[in-house]
Amino acid sequence: MTERKPEQRVVDPEYLILEAPRERKFITGSQAFAEAIKRANVDIAIAYPITPQSETMHLVGDLYAQGYVKDYYRAEEEYGAMSAIAGAVRGGARAFSATSGPGLLRGLEAIVSWPGHRRPAVLGVMTRVVNAPLSIQPDNVEISYLLNCGMIVLHAENQQDVFDFTLAGFVISEKVDVYIPVAVCTEGFFVTHAKGYVDLPPEDMKLPPRDPYKAPVPPTDCEIPPARIQRDAPVQKSNFMSYLIHAVWQQEIWSANNRARKWIKHYLGGLVEVVNPDAEVFIVASGCAAAQGREAQRYAEMEGLNVGLVKVKSIRPFPAQEIREVLKKAKAVIVPEHNIVGWLAKEVKAVIPNSGIVVDGPRVYGGMTLPVELIMEKIYEAFGVKKAKKTVV
Amino acid sequence: MEEGKLITPGPAGYKPEPAAFLGVDLPPPGKALLYGEIVDEEVAMREAAKAMLTRRNPTIFPGPLVLWGWNASAMEKAKAVLELAAEIPNCRIIPMPDYRPKYPKIDPEAEINPNHPNLTIIHNKIEACIFVGVHCHYANLSLRMIRAGTNCFTIALCAEMGHEDAMVSLRDVHAEEIRKFKDVLVQVRKELGIEWTPKPPPENPSLPKEEWTTVSPLDFGEYAALLIPRRGEVVEETE
Repeated sequence: MTERKPEQRVVDPEYLILEAPRERKFITGSQAFAEAIKRANVDIAIAYPITPQSETMHLVGDLYAQGYVKDYYRAEEEYGAMSAIAGAVRGGARAFSATSGPGLLRGLEAIVSWPGHRRPAVLGVMTRVVNAPLSIQPDNVEISYLLNCGMIVLHAENQQDVFDFTLAGFVISEKVDVYIPVAVCTEGFFVTHAKGYVDLPPEDMKLPPRDPYKAPVPPTDCEIPPARIQRDAPVQKSNFMSYLIHAVWQQEIWSANNRARKWIKHYLGGLVEVVNPDAEVFIVASGCAAAQGREAQRYAEMEGLNVGLVKVKSIRPFPAQEIREVLKKAKAVIVPEHNIVGWLAKEVKAVIPNSGIVVDGPRVYGGMTLPVELIMEKIYEAFGVKKAKKTVV
Repeated sequence: MEEGKLITPGPAGYKPEPAAFLGVDLPPPGKALLYGEIVDEEVAMREAAKAMLTRRNPTIFPGPLVLWGWNASAMEKAKAVLELAAEIPNCRIIPMPDYRPKYPKIDPEAEINPNHPNLTIIHNKIEACIFVGVHCHYANLSLRMIRAGTNCFTIALCAEMGHEDAMVSLRDVHAEEIRKFKDVLVQVRKELGIEWTPKPPPENPSLPKEEWTTVSPLDFGEYAALLIPRRGEVVEETE
């Protein structure tokens, strides 16, 4: 444990997140993660930062050296890191870790048990290719692996989102009616390694410490579920009641996920951001694809095409109602993505009655960039605009 | 289901959807839930009082947060629960002392357990109950199972934000709010013309008589194994 304690005063989360004056900095996504951790009063950070990775957990390690984070260690590997996060949170600590790609998948078994055990924590996910052959480039197919475990999954478009989602993530995850972990995902390299403008509240302010007694489950007592069910799980007994307890337990996790909606609206301004709500054609996108979608919407507007943008900030809980409402008069929906499976397009198709209007793609993967021109091609197709293709000789 | 009411006494079915999936939101501060709708606290209190006064075998299920003397406010809250119980005709108290799965099964006259709460509800023919001092996660599991499989009217006196699956859910409930609910209940009792002289609920017949004079390892029940004696030490009775 470090003895250095920087001068920081505890302020109300409402003030720190929503009201405090902000100063603009030009920083990378990894630095944005670290700036959020600096103000989040984190008790412990645990990671297995392999190479190649983002520098996020290295920067958090620096925060430990400076005294902003009370404890920090490098785990033996990701399974160990994520298991240790579970233990630390169970014991009452506020914990943070970050990972990406194959590391996320290695820690996945431990991570997907966090919601069921009611463990509030924040996990940074800097997406990159997970398929063989390995690559260090961004591809967000790994987010799809997180969608069915019950945790809250936020997808950051840029460095500002990374900061805001991470800081608010701690507050949201520790709400008694929520109390499940939050994954703050963003594209590795495009966001983590690139710089953008981020408005930051003063660094001499921090969140109040976690109160482990303000919780829907008892803390620390390992004789009481959820801790104890690891060795005496209700489901391991074969009778009707045991199946029912597991069924309602799962319902409770997804109810908690659902309850997070109001807090995401409160702290992050909504589960979606809509640009030009009266558009005929919409781009629905999350993460970096939303940034490219934003540019495409601007280009289209300059060309007199009535195009709107729905930026999906929260993948879980999914903004089904909001998307249905915005798209009810749309004649086409374009879903650009940084993965081959099109998990966001599937989500959108599942929540609107006329899924045939959803255009699959454009999609790029394996670390490819997503040029705005690819989205514009889909927009032209949707409006029946014929453009002569440029030939490069 | 009664018309216009989303969350009503069951049985709601084999595996009903949780209230949160049905669009029930937890109430903001100062408000309460009644049948899944957000209403004024007093409206919900009156309906809860009516249920406890008119349905069969009204029972209070206190959880660990009022059963154990964690702090002064827990002890004060426990006192308030007893005062409330005294005002409800023929009210019983059956505790939920912990949340561990107990096999082959619990004694349904002695306790209620979140892993199979319906055993206690059905065995004792309880048609109205109050959850108080139960951690939210376990209260939600229990309330959902009770609504699925029994006709019990459930009331949650929650110290936090409330419970969607209860027919009545009050939030931010501590000793003072329990006493306020007690006053409403007494008023409703008078309006209904129910004669009752306040008296403590009967002692739980399944629990051994506590003399409060000695403590022995046997008092720790299955936890006795945790009292590890030093090498060579023989633990007999001890204070």
